[in-house]
Amino acid sequence: MNWLINVVRSSIGKKLCMALTGMCFCGFLIAHLAGNLTIYGGKDAFNAYAQRLHSLGALLTLAEIGLLTFALIHISVGAILFYGNLTARPQRYEMKKNTGGRSLGSATMPYTGFLLLLFIVFHLMNFHFVDKTRQSIFEIVSAAFQQPLYVVLYVTAMLVAAVHVSHGFWSAFQTLGLNHPKYMPLIRLAGLVFSLVVGAGFGFLPIYISRMT
Amino acid sequence: MTTAKTIHLTLKVVRQTGPDQKSNLETYAARNVSTDMSFLEMLDVVNEDLTLAGQDPIAFDHDCREGICGMCGAVVNGRPHGPQEGTTLCQLHMRHFEDGDEVVIEPWRSRAFKVIKDLVVDRGAFDQIIQAGGYISINTGGAPDANSLPVPKEMADQAMDAAACIGCGACVAACPNASAMLFTGAKISQLALLPQGRPEAKRRAAAMVAAMDKLGFGNCTNERECEAVCPKNISIVHIARMNREFLKAGFF
Repeated sequence: MNWLINVVRSSIGKKLCMALTGMCFCGFLIAHLAGNLTIYGGKDAFNAYAQRLHSLGALLTLAEIGLLTFALIHISVGAILFYGNLTARPQRYEMKKNTGGRSLGSATMPYTGFLLLLFIVFHLMNFHFVDKTRQSIFEIVSAAFQQPLYVVLYVTAMLVAAVHVSHGFWSAFQTLGLNHPKYMPLIRLAGLVFSLVVGAGFGFLPIYISRMT
Repeated sequence: MTTAKTIHLTLKVVRQTGPDQKSNLETYAARNVSTDMSFLEMLDVVNEDLTLAGQDPIAFDHDCREGICGMCGAVVNGRPHGPQEGTTLCQLHMRHFEDGDEVVIEPWRSRAFKVIKDLVVDRGAFDQIIQAGGYISINTGGAPDANSLPVPKEMADQAMDAAACIGCGACVAACPNASAMLFTGAKISQLALLPQGRPEAKRRAAAMVAAMDKLGFGNCTNERECEAVCPKNISIVHIARMNREFLKAGFF
């Protein structure tokens, strides 16, 4: 196992951790969004989807533990990298300009990541760790989005998520060494499309739900 | 062709008398600068005036002044090697500045590059990365027959692109994280792409990355600022190749 520890402790190994877990979260976002889209089918479709999902039982618990583990890795390694990068330049420049490489997403990665962590905690407290025996998930969700503050918060969080994945998606490919002059423009475009899908796909849901009833 | 003009500039230069001293921003007037001068020639003229006035001239690194040695470099108005793309500081000409411009000149800033004096930094960290494995250990003997080791043209071209790195350090200076991955990536790539470098490719990647990590450089977050300022236009494709080589070395 020595070799694995050596890889993970290196700079590229840490990047690999970020890339692999990040990719899994991208996959999770697609699955989560696909499930959420059932809300456009109405109250019953959404409740039925939630019921089917929870009937997976142990399989679902396993997925949750997996996601939690990945989240812990992504957050802790991200924090270590962020701290390391802060200390790598003790003396700042008097004047520093970006030369075109940096994007909104890449420049804000640690900050959008931190905001997303806050959001995920908030989100789980809203819809996951609640009593679901007396009311259906649809009732919980639609009650929450009757409050305009929730709608604003959720839409903002989804914009933050879109900015985060706009850099994260292609960046994961680069870190894994999957950079080819022929395919990189495509991967970057896919990342941009993916971030738009995440932002718009999730972002419209709270607005739609708030206007349903 | 426009003929040379004479312009006047205000320089704001980071001065530091020695290592571990505090740096401060000093203002100098650069008067009657010919637009045909290079940036370093402009500094030469300013230094002449400073010397005549009995002041300490601005220390800066330079050697070939042809853009191929990698000695020169400073952050000019927030950009390593100044505003012109794919150009070292010595090849930057004053025609790219306007009369009355204020020009801020700073040394490379990184924990791994210590300032020796003013704009001169110690880039010995790069040498240590090379010493860790940036070579081929074979007994050379007589030169082999040119046709005995065929190299596809594409591979030779890519290796040459990586080998164009002059080790100036602009990538580290530009990186928001002061990471040396473009330099290390180029040095690993130039050998990994050629048959002569393949036998040691794994060992080389592991050793050079380990050395880079130990020297206090930051971590790459794929900001792509390095390739934008590289005077040799070296692409981050070489960082991806380094990642591949390193992961191959680690896992297989």
